[in-house]
Amino acid sequence: MNPRTAVCCASIVGAGLLLAGCSHPTPAGTVVAAPTRSTSGTHVAAATGHPPPGVNQNKALVFTPPPESAIPDDAFGAMVRKGEAIFTHTRINAGGFVGNDLNCSNCHLDAGRRANSAPLWGAYVRYPMYRAKNHQVNSFAERLQGCFRFSMNGKAPPADGEIIKALTTYAFWLSHGAPTGVTLAGAGFPKHGFVPPEPPSYARGQQVFEHTCALCHGAEGQGQRVAGTLVFPPLWGPESFNWGAGMGNLDNAAAFIKANMPFSRGGILSDQAAWDVAYFMDAHERPQDPRFTGSVAATRKTFHDTKMSLYGTVVNGHLLGSAPAGKTGVH
Amino acid sequence: MNTALHTLRTIMHPATRHATLAMMLLALPTAAAFATDAATIAQHGNGRGAPACASCHGAEGGGQAAAGFPRLAGLNAAYLRKQLDDFANGTRANPVMQPIAAALNESERKTMAEYYHRMPVPAALSKPVTRMPADHSLGARLALRGLWGKQVPACVACHGPHGIGVGAHFPPLAGQPAAYIAAQLNDWKQGTRHNDPLALMQHVSSALDEQDIHAVAAWFAAQPLAAKGTTP
Ligand code: HEC
Ligand code: HEC
Repeated sequence: MNPRTAVCCASIVGAGLLLAGCSHPTPAGTVVAAPTRSTSGTHVAAATGHPPPGVNQNKALVFTPPPESAIPDDAFGAMVRKGEAIFTHTRINAGGFVGNDLNCSNCHLDAGRRANSAPLWGAYVRYPMYRAKNHQVNSFAERLQGCFRFSMNGKAPPADGEIIKALTTYAFWLSHGAPTGVTLAGAGFPKHGFVPPEPPSYARGQQVFEHTCALCHGAEGQGQRVAGTLVFPPLWGPESFNWGAGMGNLDNAAAFIKANMPFSRGGILSDQAAWDVAYFMDAHERPQDPRFTGSVAATRKTFHDTKMSLYGTVVNGHLLGSAPAGKTGVH
Repeated sequence: MNTALHTLRTIMHPATRHATLAMMLLALPTAAAFATDAATIAQHGNGRGAPACASCHGAEGGGQAAAGFPRLAGLNAAYLRKQLDDFANGTRANPVMQPIAAALNESERKTMAEYYHRMPVPAALSKPVTRMPADHSLGARLALRGLWGKQVPACVACHGPHGIGVGAHFPPLAGQPAAYIAAQLNDWKQGTRHNDPLALMQHVSSALDEQDIHAVAAWFAAQPLAAKGTTP
């Protein structure tokens, strides 16, 4: 079916009461108002999984994206599938724009569907958005371009080209039935109000890493590949995200890790352990920030002037950013 | 051995059971008294209670699909070593393997793990013995996409493409007998196997129902193995 007609079929449920909906057995996502914590006294699950601590669920709408089986078998559906393929196998399907070993879905789990790992349906409905990162209103296309430049350590695909079009189509399709201009429950990473009980520690973080991360991500954080395929993504070093990426900020990393790591067991780390291991991870060298001005101090001042970034600070006697890992940019 | 034989009797098809029992009984008396050589243990046992590994896991280490005995050839040495140690210390409870692993001393367990690690994957296993489930089958969906609503990721996200296995902690599933895979998932679910790091598999297994387990085991059993053995 044409997904454009599917929008009408989202059931909008407020406080458990059906307000709107139609009876087609259709693929649109569903929206439900999540009860507030204070009134219900229960922790409300976001679209999937358990509520991460600190997530502000007051009045947040819970959205469930349409199932993959509902992708239509037409030209539109083909573009949705293309976007999904780029998202899950980025190097293979957008090679010229990717400079590391990562796939978009390594950080946006379940092919961009998983709540609390910055799902695409949570993002799509929030753009265009003003971003302090570049002091501008950013279109969704510009947001996607930023991910290629920083998280993928690559370069921005043209805004009007096939790659951005396919990714946008996929995000649009996942968001069917979601209201625009709102922050849905599970959008972004659950960092609201998520603070470390004590200042994060490198030494404690290293212990957490050795006990709960290294078996998958490798003793040196290098990840693991088999038969030429990346299975466990690297956490730092030449094949990881670069110094300009969002995951290099402690609050993003800690919230992502708390909600999603160890993989399949998200939520088992204490808040402190999540911050400690995020600190440990982000205190390692990675490819240079592509906005590097020629001086670490000046680059910090212009682009990393926040306690959440360790770039340009000294950890264990090393000035982070002064010896960036490997090559920079697309290879 | 009695418990082991009894268990074999209850889990194996009659035809295979007879063949296997005959092999085991033949193997036992010929075992060298103080065997430590890996090939000897594999083919004849160690003469101190551990029978020939080959009697169940096959002369080429390929396992026996019908009986649900897993392939050992080409598996990661550290993984095999840990499993033997865990059988011996009971964190992986198994009536067949427990007494056998306990009858091997520490250096024999290490030697056997390395022996099977170095063994090439038998050419016969390069083609799957069972039929491939459809692309959109339940098994394929679980293996390739998971069941995220229950916090179950795609199996291949840790076990590698087609389940070929990754490193010391994520063993190959491709081409392993469906009965073996299903038995492991059930053991984790019931807690008789609890030697998995971070309780990853206990957690995943508890979210799967019988139909899921059956379907996903069948999918992996049908995955082709490269004859040379791509497992690390
Ligand atoms: C290394 C991890 C990582 C990778 C890889 C990655 N991202 Fe992101 N992404 C992030 C982080 C961190 C954020 C910021 C989330 C926040 O600020 O709440 C983000 C944000 C986004 C957003 C905005 C989310 C929102 O809710 O506003 C979109 C869209 C996005 N990424 C798409 C992509 C695409 C497309 C790719 C692949 C080309 C990709 N990402 C690769 C980590 C990653
Ligand atoms: C069971 C294996 C496993 C464990 C244990 C594990 N991870 Fe991951 N991690 C993964 C996988 C797999 C992905 C990619 C997810 C995907 O593609 O679906 C990932 C992704 C990530 C990412 C985003 C991608 C990147 O490389 O930047 C970060 C950050 C991360 N893990 C950190 C951690 C930390 C910190 C720990 C320990 C607290 C940890 N992980 C434990 C398997 C694991």
